[in-house]
Parts: sequence; C-alpha cells; structure tokens
Amino acid sequence: MGLSGQKVTLRYTIAAEDFISAGEASSHVKKTLNKLGIRHELIKRFTIAMYEAEINTVIHASGGEAYVEITPEKLMVKISDNGPGIPDIEKAMMEGWSTAPEHIREMGFGAGMGLPNMKRYADDLAVESEVGVGTVVTITVYLS
Amino acid sequence: MDDYYHSVVLDNKLCKGCTNCIKKCPTEAIRVRNGKAIIINEKCIDCGECLRTCPYKAKIAQTDTWDDLSKFKYRIALPAPSLYMQFANAPSKEHVIKALQMLGFDYVYEVARGAEIVTSITNKILKTESYQRPVISSACPAVVKLIQLNYPNLIPNLLKIKSPMEMAAINAKKEFCEEHNVSPSEVGVFFISPCAAKMTAVKSPIGISKSNVDGVLSIKTVYFRMFKQLAKIKDEELPDSNQAGYKGVRWAADGGEAVALNTEKILAVDGIHNVIKIFEELENDSIEDVDFIEASACTGGCLGGPLAVENMFVATARTKKFKESLPSHGLSIADSEMEEYEFDCPIIHKDVTKLDTDISEAMRKYDRMVSLCDELPALDCGACGAPSCKALAEDIVRGIADITDCIFVLRRKVRKLAEEMMALESRMPPVIGEENKKDGDI
Ligand SMILES: Nc1ncnc2c1ncn2[C@@H]1O[C@H](COP(=O)(O)OP(=O)(O)OP(=O)(O)O)[C@@H](O)[C@H]1O
Ligand code: SF4
Ligand SMILES: [Mg+2]
Repeated sequence: MGLSGQKVTLRYTIAAEDFISAGEASSHVKKTLNKLGIRHELIKRFTIAMYEAEINTVIHASGGEAYVEITPEKLMVKISDNGPGIPDIEKAMMEGWSTAPEHIREMGFGAGMGLPNMKRYADDLAVESEVGVGTVVTITVYLS
Repeated sequence: MDDYYHSVVLDNKLCKGCTNCIKKCPTEAIRVRNGKAIIINEKCIDCGECLRTCPYKAKIAQTDTWDDLSKFKYRIALPAPSLYMQFANAPSKEHVIKALQMLGFDYVYEVARGAEIVTSITNKILKTESYQRPVISSACPAVVKLIQLNYPNLIPNLLKIKSPMEMAAINAKKEFCEEHNVSPSEVGVFFISPCAAKMTAVKSPIGISKSNVDGVLSIKTVYFRMFKQLAKIKDEELPDSNQAGYKGVRWAADGGEAVALNTEKILAVDGIHNVIKIFEELENDSIEDVDFIEASACTGGCLGGPLAVENMFVATARTKKFKESLPSHGLSIADSEMEEYEFDCPIIHKDVTKLDTDISEAMRKYDRMVSLCDELPALDCGACGAPSCKALAEDIVRGIADITDCIFVLRRKVRKLAEEMMALESRMPPVIGEENKKDGDI
C-alpha cells in the first residue's frame, strides 16, 4: 500500500479455492473507499464488479492477485491469475454462459452472470486472456 | 431536537475507564479519554451493547421517569409485546393489562396490535413492486440508524412505514380522545420499553417529523410496581382484551415479525454484529431469493432488549404459552387504523466514515493512516483508549488522538530519549575542580 502524488494503491493476494475468504479483497476496498468519501453508488458499482472478478479467480483459476489504484479521477482494479485462461471471451461475456462444474453450482455460483455484471457495473471493462497462461480483468469506474 | 441526540449516556462517577465497552461497540463509537469513556455522538446507534457489557453499570439509557406521568391529565400505556413475558406471576396477557390499569393508566393499547397493523401494511407492500428487494424492516430503530450512517446503499430497501409503537400511539390517542371527548393535548401516551433506541426514536425520530409517543418508560421502571399489582389480581376482574393475538405478541422475540408475514422468502437476523454481516453481504448483492429481512439489533429480538428485566431465554420460553392461549390475531383491522402509516421525511445518509470532504485530502489522510498502522504494534490492546490500533491511527489523522497515546510507542520514544541523554552525558566535560577531589570529599 502506498501513495505517490494523489494516488492510493492497494494489493491483495486471492487464495485458491478459499470460499470463506473470497470477497475479502473487495470488502476491504469498500471500507477504504468509504473512508475516502467516494460517492456510495460508485463504491457499490466498483466493489460488486471487483467481487465478481475476485470470485472468478477462485472458481475458475487457482487464485490470483488484485491491484487497486485510486485517484481523484477514477477507481481501477486489475485482477490477474495464472489459471487456464478463457478460450472464447465473447462467449464468456454472454449472460448464462458458464463452465462451472456441478459442485460449484451447488454452492450457488455458476449462473454465468459474473462477467455480464462486471460489464454492467464498470464504466470500462477489459478482459485479456490466453489459454494456458492466465487472465487479466481490468475494471474502471470514473469518479466525475 | 439536536441532530445527534441519542439515549445512551455515561455515568462518569461509575466509569472506571476500562476497555470493555470500546471493544464491543459495533460502530466503534466509544473511546476512553483521561480515564473515562466518552461516546462519539455522531456514531452511536443506541443498540445497547455497551449497557450489557459495562461491568460497573456506568452506561445508562435515558428514559422518562414515573413522575413524568403526572404531567398529563390522562395517561395511556403502550406495553411492548415483550412486557407480557417479563413476569413469572402473569399467567396471561390480560393480567399484564390489568396491572397497568391498576397503576393508574386510563387506557392500555397493545403495541402488539400496532404490530399486527404493520404486518398487514407490509403484506400489502410486498404484493407490489414498489420497493427494491429484499425489503428491510424498519421496526428496530437501532438498525434504521445503522443503515442511515453506514449502509446508504440500503436506504431504498428500508421499509418506509411507521413502527408498531408509532401506529399504536396514533390509534390509541385517536380512540381515547374520541371516546372520552378530550383534547389530545391532555393525553400522554407512554411506551413501556425493553429498548434504549426507542427513546431516541421518540425524541429524535428518523423518517417521521414528530413522534406520537409522549414518553418512554423502561421495563425496569415499571417492573416492581407491576409485580406487586399482579400479586393482587383476582381472575374475575380481568379485562377483555382482543386487540392483539399471537401474531402481534410473537413480535417480542426474534423472527416474530417475519413469521407473521405471508411470504416464505424471509431472512431473520438478530444481534447487531450479525446484522452488520448480513448488511455487508447485501451490499455485495450476494443474498438471493429473499423478499424480506427482519433485523433486530438485540440477540433474541426485543426480549433481549437492554432494558428488559427477565432473562431472555426464560422470557422466550414463556412465548409458548401465548401460542396456546391466544387466537392467531386480534380483532380485524379497520382501514381507519391504517391511515398515515407512511414515513413523512426522507432518510438522508449521514456520512460519519469519510476522512475528509476533499478527496485528495482524504487520500493524504488515508496514506498517513496506513503508515501509522505500520508504526503501531497491531496488538489492539485498547490501552490508548481506541478499540484497535487501526482506530487509533484513524483518530490521529482526524486530529483527536496522538501517537504517544500508544504506550508501546511512548515507551519506545522514552527509551530513545534516555539513550540520547546517556550519549550526551558521556560527552559532557567534567565539572571544574571535580577531578582533584578524593573519595569521601564533599
Ligand atoms: N479468471 C478466469 N479464468 C478462467 N476462466 C474464466 C475466468 N473468469 C471467467 N471464466 C470463464 O468465463 C465463464 C463466465 O464467467 P462468469 O463470471 O460470467 O460466470 P460464472 O463464473 O461461470 O458464473 P457466476 O459468475 O454467475 O457465478 C466462466 O464459466 C469461465 O468459463
Ligand atoms: S431489537 Fe428491539 S429492543 Fe433491541 S434495539 Fe431493536 S427494537 Fe430495541
Ligand atoms: Mg463468475
């Protein structure tokens, strides 16, 4: 964590297959944004989008990392993993598309709504992925 | 009324300045300064957690006194549903009502009936799409305050209807004044309360411009007076009471509001720390398929209220007998009893969390807070008077505490100073003439 100029940065490690602590990173980001006095509608949009991306690294990859950058202009989070990657991003973006296995669905995930929700809540969403290498999801919400 | 009025206050004489309350407060609203606790008024939600934890009984909930009854020519009692379960010697609801009459109340109107009215309004609302789901009950004032301060995103979900206490007060006054042809100004409506937050809801309400309740008496205030009357009651003197049935009475315990509703998609949560966990999840959108949330600040619901007298588990066991003896609900509710049920003021978020109104300044303070946290020992010992090292760091950037409030930092600084003094001392020239002295010379 640190600050250079007018910037707050936060870094988190997202543990693999840990459903209990999944969401801790986005929940800490929410607390931070509340302290910074960011408008609560924007906090909600940003942290829900981040939560979905965080959960995806737990479910579909073997955990990953989150890097958050807050400036007076925008909120940005980059969530990266070294998981299996997404073969067809266009398909993955479709509502209802999911490759989540049965045991994950039983836990209430796998509706195929994560990426579509990220798109809905973020001002900008970038999904970069390479099969066998990993995935990087970047979510941006503008403050003005 | 002062914007930050709240009923829980400190008795300075009794406070020993221990750290029990600062650790338990769910909104981190208490600090110890100069050996005494202080409550940060803007942050207090009157949940009563500190009343329960203080070993020295130094936290008090302000309520009205028995003498305040004499300010009014006519007096109406509004017994909270939880009052029925307080007495080992009250075999029925009628006994409790009779005891209140014997104490001089001119009329008794059951808040349990107010609860049945609220249930039927809620059922109507749940049939429409007019609210963001899940709808959150507004019956517990500590929960409403929590949402207003810390969960602004949930304000749209909050049910904007008056509480059972308010509905009871409106109808009680109306009925009494019409029947006896007296002016409302001569009538005092007194809620008999297990709850510290209800006093605040009367003096400084959220969602309504003015409460219809004139006073709040704690169950503790009426308990012995009623106990004595109960012992004298003969069964043939018992009044008829068909205002409320089991549905309304059951509101006393956790889950009571929820079971009275016509939907199965209900979540009932009790205990303020559990409520906070559920609200966090709600804000993440991770609770699905729930239509209605009943949230009580007190564990066990109002029977666990800080001003209740009877042990919560004993009182909860007593609810069973009402299930057997009472009809499911009271007399059917007339449309006229459901008038003016809506909130008449908007609920406006009060941001007590942000470090500064200017974002760049807030970011600077946040950064400083993070580096202060690195300096502090992360023991959360509470000796500085703040609930955690993180809270002290925040207090420092807010300008209400100093880093040397931490005894570990202070010790470090003192040691460093001592070392510096030793170092300086060794570089001091000898005092003139000192070197010629022999041992024993003065
Ligand atoms: N980090 C990732 N690594 C590999 N595959 C991913 C990753 N994120 C998403 N996917 C793929 O994209 C699909 C769609 O993701 P999305 O988040 O929309 O739905 P889901 O996670 O399957 O279900 P839900 O988010 O509703 O619980 C996933 O089923 C998975 O195949
Ligand atoms: S649960 Fe009941 S007694 Fe406790 S704060 Fe809420 S309304 Fe008051
Ligand atoms: Mg997903």
